[in-house]
Parts: sequence; structure tokens; C-alpha cells
Amino acid sequence: MDLELILMQLFSGLALGAILVMVALGLTIVFGMLGIVNFAHGALFMVGAYAGLWVAAQTGSFWWALIVAPLAVGVLGMLIERFLIRPLYGRTPDDPLLLTFGLGYVLVEAVRITFGTDGIPFSAPDALQGVVDLGVGYFPIYRLFVMGVVAVILLLLWVALEKTRFGLIVRAGARDPLIMKVLGVDVSRLWLLVFGLGVGLTALGGVLAAPMRNVSPEMGTLVLAEAFVVTVIGGMGSLLGAVVAGLLVGVAVSMTALFAPEMATIVMFGLMALILLVRPQGLFGRPAGA
Amino acid sequence: MTTTDLAAGQGVAPRTLPKAGAALDRWRVPLTIAVLAVLPFVLPSQALAVNVLIYGLFTVGFNLLFGYTGLLSFGHAAFFGTGAYLTGMAIALLGFGWFPAMLTGIVGASLLSVVIGALSIRTRGIYFCMVTLALAQLVYYVALQASGWTGGENGLRGFTVVKADLIGGFSVNLLNPLAKYYFIMFFAALALWFVSRVLNSPFGAAIEAVRENETRARACGFDVERTKLLSFVLSGALCGLAGTLSALHLSIVPLDALGVHTSSIVVMMTMLGGAGSFFGPFVGALVFLLIEDVASLWTTHWQLIVGIVFILFVLFLPKGIWGSLIQIVRRRRAS
Repeated sequence: MDLELILMQLFSGLALGAILVMVALGLTIVFGMLGIVNFAHGALFMVGAYAGLWVAAQTGSFWWALIVAPLAVGVLGMLIERFLIRPLYGRTPDDPLLLTFGLGYVLVEAVRITFGTDGIPFSAPDALQGVVDLGVGYFPIYRLFVMGVVAVILLLLWVALEKTRFGLIVRAGARDPLIMKVLGVDVSRLWLLVFGLGVGLTALGGVLAAPMRNVSPEMGTLVLAEAFVVTVIGGMGSLLGAVVAGLLVGVAVSMTALFAPEMATIVMFGLMALILLVRPQGLFGRPAGA
Repeated sequence: MTTTDLAAGQGVAPRTLPKAGAALDRWRVPLTIAVLAVLPFVLPSQALAVNVLIYGLFTVGFNLLFGYTGLLSFGHAAFFGTGAYLTGMAIALLGFGWFPAMLTGIVGASLLSVVIGALSIRTRGIYFCMVTLALAQLVYYVALQASGWTGGENGLRGFTVVKADLIGGFSVNLLNPLAKYYFIMFFAALALWFVSRVLNSPFGAAIEAVRENETRARACGFDVERTKLLSFVLSGALCGLAGTLSALHLSIVPLDALGVHTSSIVVMMTMLGGAGSFFGPFVGALVFLLIEDVASLWTTHWQLIVGIVFILFVLFLPKGIWGSLIQIVRRRRAS
């Protein structure tokens, strides 16, 4: 096997991983702050892709879709937190999980009613079509673009969380929401924003993934399982873990596809099983009980 | 301290029920069987009755783990599907009779639940749901890729059992829907009796102790990991039995038997009926399938209705239909 092909596949894996990073980040931010797993996360990824599709069809511009769709779905996420999840705080952690799971069901069905059950192709804008010579081989521009967007988002997130007052409050709220309340911070508003942010990130992942995958109502199911695998490997609640594990899983899937295509999806679950055996808390997670 | 001491000394919940409740509890297995026996004559169709039986049993198995042990699994399709596939494959590929094929399915599902259980109980709480879902997806993709054996996306076909031979020259004609119903009900009844015994045993108290307070159960000297794993495997075996019966009933195994959808409906049925109650699973299965049956008459998007009903239950009736009924009756008696 020649080196060029392996390098190409490595880049493909990084682009795939970049999408996973977006989805897993949204999942892990919400978990870290609110302590709940959003089972509708995959469905909201799918809603993001369809929202992107719709906005692109209305405005004729992929760029509008890239900006408007994640924001709109993020607002939808805030409404979900406010009216469906907020009544459940204080109950067992299973309840919000079950609720979002039911919500995922409803979202998939709602999209089926609105857009039909068949998959819809969605192409990247002309400016991002084609390939570029990287010196070691030709590479699709769109995938490079995806990696670039994700890198920018990561940088923005890092700055927002580490360098601003808002980030300080978010991090403190994740540690101890009760103390934050005592200090006079409106924690419920904070949770609303964080949930919206998490949902917005996965929706952005959906828009970015749309030209690479077929857009269909069922696309969220596999993504949800992938996001779970990534968060388990990286460590639940760890942002760094989500980034490293997302790229790792992307590359692992893509490299396996080169040598044994039928094993591509299976390998990531194997990777998760391995992590569970040797390091149950994940690569960057705190040990249970700590 | 042995398990027996503890169960006798300090049961988890007070087990003294009002008189009627106590009778209901003592006769729960015969009562359930009696209701199941008349189901084909009460429900609009016999096909619906068979589904209530099979999915009810599936939900009973799931409820043992979720309702009684407190572990929420989103991957129980793996056991249902494995039971179904192995039964079908044993008949179609190996030429087994129906009974050895059933045993193959149940044993296979149990072995799989040992592996998945051992891996997933290393994690707790919310992690557990994610890991079980992911591992079940792994099984799904393995079945999809091994299409030479499983039929891949088309599902497994070609293993119709027309007649089930019993000991002593008797046989059950499975082409007769009613005979098939009671044939399947026999196994469901056995499973119910078994579950009832398990719940009444010291082990039954132990799993509820783990659900109520894991740390305290551990401090009392229980091997929490072993208790969880045993509950997981019993649950997996029961779901495997349900899968086995579904394969014999349908004579095909769709790939979806292993899919997320199958894992999901068992969660919904349990929540609708009432987690952690003996009658809940069958009530939940019945209500879910009735909604599906009625709603699919006038819309293909019945899942939307099921999803909304489910959300309303989580919000306003988290104990489910049966669990809430019990609560209301108890409150009436207390006042």
C-alpha cells in the first residue's frame, strides 16, 4: 500500500473526526454543566442538517445555512431546556435522559413528516468543490474547510471558557451550582445558555456533515452512538477528551476502512470496549467517585 | 453476613401491603396468566395478542434490570435479537429441532449478556446507558456484515416451524394461530413464574437494595458487582427467550430486531406500564401496542404519537400506569 493513499485516508479521518468532535463537545458540555445526557443529541444533529438544507434552499447560499441553522437549532435547544427539561431537575438523572430520548423519537418523526422519509443529497458550494494539491496528494477542499471551521470553533470555545468572565462562571457552575446560586449567579439562565450552546454545536456538526453524508431522518442514530463512543473514550465531561477522542475515532474508522472496509464501524466500538477494560473513566476523565 | 440474614432482617421496602394488595401480590403469576389466556378473545386481533405476549415478556426481562436493579440499559435489543437470530440460524443452517434451537437462542443471549454486562457494569449511572447502547450497536453492525449467516439487511428467512413435536407423540400445529398463542404463552408463563420466584428470593431483595442505595448495599457486605452482573444476565436470558419466541412466531428475523428501535420500545413499554412493578411490563406492552395498532390505522407516523405520549408520561406520570394506580390506592388507604 503506498504512503500517499494512507496519508489521504488519514486526512479523511481527521475531517470525519472533526465532525465527531463538534457533536461530542456539545454532549459533554451539557453533561459537565447540567449533569444530564441528551439522548436527543443525534436527532438534533439531524435537525441541524435539515435546517441547513432548508436555509440553503431558501437563500441559495450555503454560507447563510452555516450561520443561521446552528443558531436556530440552538434556540430550539433553549426552548427544550426551558419547557421540557427544567421541570425534571431534582428528579433522578434517568428522567431527563428518558425525556430527551422520547424527544429524539418525536424529532425524527416530525422531520419525516416535513421533509419525507427519503434521503436528500446536499452539495457543498462551488467554491469548496474540487481538490487541492497538498504536496503529498490531492485532497477535497471541502474536508479541509470542515477541519478549518472546527479548529476556529474550538479556539473560540477555548477563549470563551478560559479567558472570559462568562467562562469563569460556567466552569465554576459545573463544579458547584449551589455555591454559584449563593453568590448570586442566575444558574438557571446559565444552564439555558449552556444547553443551547451544546445543541448549537451538534447542529453545526450536522450542517458541516450534510455534504459528506446523505441527509436522512435516520442519520442521527449512528451519530448518537458515535458521540457516546467518543465521550466514553475521551472521558465524560472532559472537553480535551472529546477533541482527542473524536479525532482518534475518526482516524481509526478511516484507516480501518482502507484495510478492511467491513470492519470500519465495528472498530470504534471495539476501541471503546478496550478503553472500558483498561481505563473505565476514559482517557481524560476523572476516576469514578472523585 | 449472608444474603438471607439481610433479606430477612431488613427488607428494602416494607413488604406489608393492604389485604387486597397482598392477595394480588401472592397470586400475581396465576392472575397474569389468567389475563393472558383470555387476551386473544378480548383484543381486536390475535396478531396483537401474540405481540403483547412476546413484547410483554421482553419488557419483563428488561424490567428486572431497570425497574428492580435500577440499571437503565439502552441496548437490550442485542439479547432479543441474538435470541431470535440464533434460533433461526440453528434451524435454517444446522437443521436443529425447535426445542434445541430455542435453547441455542437462550444460551447464546445469556453468554452475550455476560460479556456486555461485564463490560458495562464497570461504568455507572449515565455512562451505563451510553455503553449498553454502543455495545448493542456493535452487535447490530456485526450481524449486518455477517450477511452470509444472518441474511444482512434482508433479515433471516427460511426456517418456518410448522409443527412443534412434543414428548409422547403429541404435537402443536403452529399454523393454527390460537394453538401458537398458547404454545408461546406456555413459555411466557414459565418465565413469569421464574421471575416471581427470583423477586421473592433473597437475591430479589439484594437487587432492590442495590437500586435503592448502592453504597449501603456494599457496606452491608453485598458483592454489588456480582449482584448487578447476575441481574444483567438473568435479564438478558429472559429477553433472549422473548426473541426466540418472536423468531418462531414470525418465521423471519428482521435486522431491526437488533436495532436501536427495538431497544427503545422496551424502554418505552416499561415506562408506560410502570418500572419496578410486576404487572407493569404487560400493561405497558399492551398500551404501547394498542396505541400503535389504533394510531397506525389513520397515520403512518404513529411513532410521533407514541413519542409524545412517552414524553408526557416522563413529565407527569413517571411511575407509569400501574405504578401510579398502586400509588393512588395506597394513598386512599392511608387517609
